[in-house]
Amino acid sequence: MKNQLSDDGLREDLISNEELRGQSEELISALVANLAEDDLIDFNTDRWDPVIEILGGIAITRARQGFSPRETGRFVHSLKEALLEVLQQEIQDPKQLFVESLKINKVMDNLSIVTFETFIKGREEVILRQTDEIAEISTPVIRVWDGILALPIIGTLDSSRTQIVMENLLQEIVETGSSIAILDISGVPAVDSLVAQHLIKTVSATRLMGAECIISGIRPEIAQTVVHLGIDLSNIITKASLASALSYAFRVLRLEVRKSSAISKTNL
Amino acid sequence: MDKIPILRMGSFLLVTIQVDLYDRLALDLEADLVQMVNKTSSKGVLIDISAVSIVDSFMGRIIGNIASMSKILDAETVVVGMQPAVAITLIELGLPLKGVHTALDVEKGMNLLKSMIGDDHGDQEETDDDDTVVE
Amino acid sequence: MMILSLSKDTIQVQKEQDVVLLRNRIREVAVKIKMGLVNQTKLITAASELLRNMLRYGGGGKCLIEVVTRGRDNGVRLTFSDQGPGIPDIAAAMQDGFSTGKSLGLGLPGAKRLSNEFDLKSKPGEGTVVMILKWANG
Repeated sequence: MKNQLSDDGLREDLISNEELRGQSEELISALVANLAEDDLIDFNTDRWDPVIEILGGIAITRARQGFSPRETGRFVHSLKEALLEVLQQEIQDPKQLFVESLKINKVMDNLSIVTFETFIKGREEVILRQTDEIAEISTPVIRVWDGILALPIIGTLDSSRTQIVMENLLQEIVETGSSIAILDISGVPAVDSLVAQHLIKTVSATRLMGAECIISGIRPEIAQTVVHLGIDLSNIITKASLASALSYAFRVLRLEVRKSSAISKTNL
Repeated sequence: MDKIPILRMGSFLLVTIQVDLYDRLALDLEADLVQMVNKTSSKGVLIDISAVSIVDSFMGRIIGNIASMSKILDAETVVVGMQPAVAITLIELGLPLKGVHTALDVEKGMNLLKSMIGDDHGDQEETDDDDTVVE
Repeated sequence: MMILSLSKDTIQVQKEQDVVLLRNRIREVAVKIKMGLVNQTKLITAASELLRNMLRYGGGGKCLIEVVTRGRDNGVRLTFSDQGPGIPDIAAAMQDGFSTGKSLGLGLPGAKRLSNEFDLKSKPGEGTVVMILKWANG
């Protein structure tokens, strides 16, 4: 504890001294309770598990609380320094002191590695979660009219994103009872063969369910790529813009848009 | 001894599938349906699969059979309520489902049947804006 | 990367009702490893195809359900084995539309398309073993 408190890496803003003491005690009791002489040499025995678990727990919480990796690592190092200090006081024979110190070093180094591994795992979980969130936000489904959905897609379409788009689209069709969906890809810079296949499957799946899917906003470059790749889009309804796709959808649903005369109600 | 019930809705027949179809059940359904179409001179059959989470090629064959048999007796078949996961899987599986029309739900399915048949008797509902004439 | 098996479960399949049991069991396992609905549906549909094959042509058999892992990904591996007559011409059997019975002939090639990995071993007179694997995020 003394070492930790005097260390300038102490982050009083992130963790109270109480908690720090609590965590340190937990770790030390686990160490003392579980280890026999041999375990200090062999890091693979089961008896290390409770210690690793506690250390892992501490590392993940620190990662989530916003500690830097160095600060979390210092936690283990302070323990090492404390232990070495104790050894120096207890053992007089230099040779024995060296041997025992080496063992302690090895143990602490291993524990350091555990700390880092768990810390990184904690951060990776955050990254994964954020990736999922981004995937969800970037494909909104808009009910442009009763029975007509529009999905403007922005950014690069890769295979997995296209699958997510497909699943969302079909789900929304069911939930809103829409019979026409417009997939607008004017915000998509390029499409490869795999993505094109997925788009075709999306249209087919929509038809299988009893609805229709129109693809709009195909850039000229994409049109070129598609033909060069030998992909057959003849069965797919494509429109140049979202607007023309919408007007087509209205025609299909036998809806008309008319200018209203001076006095009256808009007829649809 | 269970059988899948067939309901009469005006001049159409409605079959709601809610259990896993196995051989005997499927054959019974085909037989019963064909008899009913004949007996009621029905012009349309609606198969509701909104409760079906797995459609494999066996089930696909049964649906195809029902559509073909009904057509011979001058009735159209519309499958309604296909779940998205099922649709995606069927595309990947490569199941053709030829001669089978589809609609999102029973109401749209009935409208589709009416537009295909030119129904002027039976239900007195007026056709509303929901009629889809997809070309 | 090595694939490790985390759990095993074998189910005998002799009659049609066993198909329902097996489908439910597979779904349970898939849900446990957090497989999405679409992948679940593909997996169970593929299994359904192979089960019907096993019942119809193989005289029944067994299905081994395993949860497998390769590091970060978890998946479900199914192995169907029967002691039936075997498949004389595997290449033909793997083509769409090929059927020695009245079916649509989509079972084997379809199951392959729906899965991430597929393996088939069969010899006339020695039965058939089909393996399919679907990753949770496959």
